[in-house]
Amino acid sequence: MPAQLFSFGGILFVIIALAIGSYFFSSRRVISQAHASGIKPHSLGMYYGLYAAIWAFVPAALLLIAFTGTTKPLLDGLIEQSLIQAAPELPQSFIPLKIAQIKNIANGFIEPTDETMAMLGQEYKAMRDNMGNLRFAAVLMVGLLGLGFATWRISPQFKSRIVFETFLRRAFFVAAVIAILTTIGIIASLLFEALRFFAAYSFWDFFFGTHWAPNVALRGGEAAADEDVGGASGSFGMIPVMAGTLLIATIAMLVAVPIGLFSAIYMAEFASSRVRDIVKPTLEILAGIPTVVYGFFAALTAAPFFRAIGLNLGMDVSSQSALAAGGVMGVMIIPFISSLSDDVITAVPQSLRDGAYGLGSTKGEVVTRVVLPAAFPGLVGAFLLGISRAIGETMIVVMAAGVSANLTANPLESVTTVTVQIVMLLTGDTVFDSPKTLSAFALGITLFFSTLLLNIAALTAARRLGERYD
Amino acid sequence: MTDYTSLNSTERMEFIRRSLNRRHASEKRLRFYGVAAICFALGFLVVLLTTVVTNGYTALQQTEVAVELAIPVEELLDENGDIDMKKSADFNWNGLVKKAFRGYFPEVKGMMDKRMLGDLISANAGFELREELEKIGRIDTPDRLYWIKASDDVDMLMKGRMDRTIPENQRRLNDRQIAWVDDLVANENLRLVFNRAFFTKADSREPESAGILGAVVGSALALIVTVVLALPLAVMAAIYLEYFAKPGRLTDFIEVNVNNLAAVPSIVFGLLGLAVFLGFFGMPRSAPLVGGMVLALMTLPTIIIATRASIRAVPPSIRDAALGVGASPMQAAIDHVLPLAAPGILTGTIIGLAQALGETAPLIMIGMVAFIVDVPTSVTSPATALPVQIFIWSDSAERAFYERSSLAIVCLLMFLIIMNLAAVILRRKLQKKW
Repeated sequence: MPAQLFSFGGILFVIIALAIGSYFFSSRRVISQAHASGIKPHSLGMYYGLYAAIWAFVPAALLLIAFTGTTKPLLDGLIEQSLIQAAPELPQSFIPLKIAQIKNIANGFIEPTDETMAMLGQEYKAMRDNMGNLRFAAVLMVGLLGLGFATWRISPQFKSRIVFETFLRRAFFVAAVIAILTTIGIIASLLFEALRFFAAYSFWDFFFGTHWAPNVALRGGEAAADEDVGGASGSFGMIPVMAGTLLIATIAMLVAVPIGLFSAIYMAEFASSRVRDIVKPTLEILAGIPTVVYGFFAALTAAPFFRAIGLNLGMDVSSQSALAAGGVMGVMIIPFISSLSDDVITAVPQSLRDGAYGLGSTKGEVVTRVVLPAAFPGLVGAFLLGISRAIGETMIVVMAAGVSANLTANPLESVTTVTVQIVMLLTGDTVFDSPKTLSAFALGITLFFSTLLLNIAALTAARRLGERYD
Repeated sequence: MTDYTSLNSTERMEFIRRSLNRRHASEKRLRFYGVAAICFALGFLVVLLTTVVTNGYTALQQTEVAVELAIPVEELLDENGDIDMKKSADFNWNGLVKKAFRGYFPEVKGMMDKRMLGDLISANAGFELREELEKIGRIDTPDRLYWIKASDDVDMLMKGRMDRTIPENQRRLNDRQIAWVDDLVANENLRLVFNRAFFTKADSREPESAGILGAVVGSALALIVTVVLALPLAVMAAIYLEYFAKPGRLTDFIEVNVNNLAAVPSIVFGLLGLAVFLGFFGMPRSAPLVGGMVLALMTLPTIIIATRASIRAVPPSIRDAALGVGASPMQAAIDHVLPLAAPGILTGTIIGLAQALGETAPLIMIGMVAFIVDVPTSVTSPATALPVQIFIWSDSAERAFYERSSLAIVCLLMFLIIMNLAAVILRRKLQKKW
């Protein structure tokens, strides 16, 4: 049999074909049964076919996924044991490298350097091929068993539509629960890694320390890495990082809030519907531009521009100034603030405006004295969502803000942010056992919960507005 | 206010008129702020797009140098007259090209000078010539004029992106090199042609042979995974929430989660992918499969919300009619409501995918930021994505990469415009008014 048939896609293809076959086989079979026995089938023939197809496909597909997921770690574990047996003198830190070599030998990418490696390569290849064959056989077997079971159950009296619809409803429920599972997955994975970090590093020092220098751990800790993964070197006080995040977010909000709010007021209250129809979608374009494009602009156009202005004024502006990153981020948030504020302003009941007009107010007074105060909770909500956006934004700051943590409030200097540090700490590093990489997860969970709180606060504020005028 | 009541009627009118001017002025001011704010935002958009386009359009062209090559066929061909791959691999293609190029300047002697001269043509020139000839398999005319790529510095000089007036030590080409280039131009041995490599190649260390095809294919593969996973799941979840969920805590909790996930920073999804898909399940790094899965989780809330909105837009009478003639709730939902909601679902999906296409941070987290010179062939082969490619290039020192990342941005924006336009047109064409 060709090798592709044993690949993941190949097996998937086989069981899909099996499922389609089961569909036609079962839907026809029940009709001929009905003819033979004279009993009218409970459901349409289609439902018997679907019932059989599900039994042929779903268990087999689940097994295929489970098998594929466990094969690699299992094989890695087995070959590691063989490796340790074959070469007990090998230092611990060499093992991953050797395993990678063995795999390359098994794939025929490189020639084995010595006898043991050649043998291990052969062994790995044999084990992998056996697992592949086993996977194919097991999945096909389960598929056929499923079909057999369905065939055994199906008769004209069998209420296949009811059973099928119950299955679908459960599947729909599972799909809806994925949203919960994702949240749980985020919290659990971040928390798990963060707790490993806090096992090695003091909780208090992390949240209240004022010195952030994770790279010291890399250099100073490398020698000690083997025996002591939680080496005390490197300092992870997140105050300067958090301060940098807040500084950039503040600058962004200083740009985004006035501009977003004023354009929303103009569009909701003053603009003719023609202007509105043109300007609104155009502003939305700003929201559709990928953040990497803003980052590109901030790093290569805005930052040099601010620096040049600073030089002309005799000020020293860093080439990675918080001003450039924050300013461009502010522009990115403008459409966000303006469309949310627009919705909130339009939601203020017309009767309030009419009342104010009746008392002789000008349009401007209606807006500033009646509409805006009425819309205030919703505007606060928009503002909070904007901040949440700003502190979670990654690409602009990765490209335009600095990497070293300065505790400063000067927007002309370079600061770093939580997201920048996460990216810096985790790119190009796969091993999750140094405090350096684990600290990224501690930052990640801080980021997740702060944005979560802001989002909840925003929702609460917006809901309060809704209650007021419903 | 106290004096206002004490005024007589003409004085009152006068008072009101005077205050009215002030009040109208303040309204005008408010209007002006609004217009100014909109102008600022639109102005920024214009500046952003102009910057990208003016920086990027020159990357559509590439400088090439004419060299008269004399390929020693006897060293390369087998007995059938085809190129022998083994001989070709051993052959010094770069040396051949460099030697032919040096023929223009026989007066240049000495190692340093020769190297300076060699720097004018692409370091990949020999390799690309070999690739091209091996693809044909034969060498019909060994002695002829070949156009090979100039180095990125020459390319920048030709496009006017290198300032000749700044001091020599701050330039990437020194005065002698520039003189040589001017000489080549004078003799018409340099030309600017359409930059095919940009659209047909993957990344490279040399800007002149770097292209976006690898990244575009990587993005496409990831988006295919995203749509295959996210669309069915989102539709199923939306139908459940609209028709089958019993009001209660669990349903509320699901809704809160869906809404909240839409606002979680994208990098957190990247951390999830790193810890769970790569760390826990041991899936391959840098693979579009994992990228697509992470993007699917991110896009899921968007599509769920869009699907629910379009299901709700279908008049209840349709469903009631189906139920009335004896359809089960599931049949009513799938056979009657869903087809009518399909245009809205499609539009929401396209918009969600457009967002996913522009996402960078989560893909960086799962390692799609690696330097990859091959166009990916499957969802598990290492790949990068278009926005990540932009990020990688804009981080590079070479001026030529700056130009290329600008053009890559233009391409990314084009894809986004096409997707969004498709969504708008679909909505206009297919949406029914009830």
